[in-house]
Amino acid sequence: MSLLALDERFQQGTSLLHRLDARAKLLVALAFIFAATLTPTGRWEVLGALAVLLAAGVALGGLSPLLVLRRSALALPFVLAAVPLLFTREGDAVFTLPILAWRWTATDAGLEALLTILLKSWLSMSAAVVLTATTPAPDLLRALRGLHAPRVIVATVSFMYRYIFVIGEEAQRLMRARQCRSAVAGRGSGGGVRWRARVLGNMVGSLFLRSYERGERIYDAMRSRGYDGELKSLAATSLRRVDYAVLAIAFGLLAALETYARLSGG
Amino acid sequence: MPDYLEAEVDTAVGAQPQTETQAGVDGAARAADRPAAVEVRGLRYSYPGGFPALRGVDLALAPGEKAALVGPNGAGKSTLLLHLNGILRAGEGEVRIAGLPVVQPNLGRVRALVGLVFQNPDDQLFSPTVLEDVAFGPLYMGLEESEVRRRVDKALAAVHMQGYGARMPHRLSLGERKRVAIATVLAMEPAVLALDEPSSGLDPRSRRALIRLLQELPQAMLVATHDMHLVRDLLRRTVILDAGLVVADGPTSEILGDMHLLEEHGLEAP
Repeated sequence: MSLLALDERFQQGTSLLHRLDARAKLLVALAFIFAATLTPTGRWEVLGALAVLLAAGVALGGLSPLLVLRRSALALPFVLAAVPLLFTREGDAVFTLPILAWRWTATDAGLEALLTILLKSWLSMSAAVVLTATTPAPDLLRALRGLHAPRVIVATVSFMYRYIFVIGEEAQRLMRARQCRSAVAGRGSGGGVRWRARVLGNMVGSLFLRSYERGERIYDAMRSRGYDGELKSLAATSLRRVDYAVLAIAFGLLAALETYARLSGG
Repeated sequence: MPDYLEAEVDTAVGAQPQTETQAGVDGAARAADRPAAVEVRGLRYSYPGGFPALRGVDLALAPGEKAALVGPNGAGKSTLLLHLNGILRAGEGEVRIAGLPVVQPNLGRVRALVGLVFQNPDDQLFSPTVLEDVAFGPLYMGLEESEVRRRVDKALAAVHMQGYGARMPHRLSLGERKRVAIATVLAMEPAVLALDEPSSGLDPRSRRALIRLLQELPQAMLVATHDMHLVRDLLRRTVILDAGLVVADGPTSEILGDMHLLEEHGLEAP
C-alpha cells in the first residue's frame, strides 16, 4: 500500500551527505529552492548551473539518479497549473491549437515561461528528494526544532509521521476485511460501485473514529508522563566544522549564481 | 538499594525513603512508619453517561509488592489503573500514592511516582524515536539534560534494549515495543508500576522474556491481565475485580486453587 511506501524515503548510506548535520542539509535545500524560485524567466544557463549543483548533491549522497528522477516526477502534475501561461502571455505565435470552439495560440514568451516553471519546480522537488533520501525523518524533525520552527507545527508533523504507519496498517486491515466479504456468489455480486462506495465511506468514518479515540489514549499516555501543555525536547548538539563549511560553500555558490543572474540579466 | 525507589517518596507527609526491595505479601502487614505504595479507599467512579465502573474499591499495596488485578472484561481494571495517577479522578473515595493524596496540586509528583503502561504500545510510544520517547517523562520532571540522558540509558538497559535509542517505534516488533513502553516509565524512576495487559499479543518467547523482566524490577506493581500464566509465574498476590468491586484478594496460590471462585468471575486457572 502506498502509505507504507513513505517509510522508504530514507536510503541507508554513509556518504558525506548522510553524515552531514540535518540542519545544514535542510538550510542548503531551502536556499537551493529559493535560488531556483528567484531565477528570472528564460535564464537557462543559471538553471543549468543549478542542475549541475543538484547533480553534485546526488553524487555526494551516493544516490541513484534514476531514483531521484522517479521521485521528483511527483512535481509534474502541479505544472499543469502553469499550462494556461502558454496561451496567455503576449508574444510571437509558435503554434495554434483548435480546442472546442476557440483557437488557442501559444506564444514564444508563454513557452519560455512554462519551461522555466517546469524546470524550477523539478529542481526544487529534486532538492527535497535528495534531502529526504539522505536524512532520516526523525533527524529532519529535530532539525526543524533546532532551527526554531514553530514547535506546535513540528509536534504535529512528528505525530503525523509516527502514526501515519499505524493508521495505514489499520486501513489495510479494513481493506482486507472488505475484500474477504466481497466474494463473487452468482450474478452481479462481488461488489458493485455503489456498494463499494458505501463500504469505503464506512471505512473512512471508522478510521476517523479509531484515530480520534487513539488520540485520546495518546493524550492520556502523555499526561501520565507529566505532559502539561508545554512542548519540551532534548537540547540539540552543536554544528561541526564540516557542517559550517558545507553551508558556507553552498550559500556562496547559490548567492553568486543569483547575483550573476540579476546583474547580467537582459 | 535500587535508585528506582530512591527519594521519590513524598517528604511533606513525613515518609522515609524506602529501603527494602521486597515487602511483605500482604499490604496490611506493611511497616507502620512507611506509607503504602498504593492505597485506595472506597473508590467510586462512574463514566460520563452514568455507567458505574468502580463501586467502592479498597486496595493497598506495600512498597515493592506485586499484585495481579484480574477479572472479566468491563470489570473496571483499566479504570482503576487510570485512577492511580489521576488521569481519571475519583468520584468518591480516595487514592494515595506513597502517602500522597491524588489530588490536583499533587498530580505532577504523583505521575512521577506511578508509571502507567498502556495496553497498546502504539498509544504509549508517540515520539519519532525510542530515545525521544524514553526521555519524555524525565524531561517533564524538569531534570537536567545530562540526568535525562543517564536515565534513558539506564531504563533502556533495564529492559535489555540498549542501542535502540535511534530506532523508530514502528520498526520494532510488538515485544520490543512493549519493552520500550516499560522503559518510558522506568526512566521516571517510579515507586509503582501500573501495567495494563502487558503480555497481550506476545508470542510465548517474548512473553517469557517479559515475565523475567518484570521479575527483575523492584517496583511495587499492579498488573491488570487475563494471562493467568503470568499471574501464576510472576505475582504472589491476586486481586479479583468484578463489576467494579474487589471480590477476592489474597495469595495467588489460594485464589488460583479455588475453581469455584474463578468460574464465578469468568476466569480460568492456568
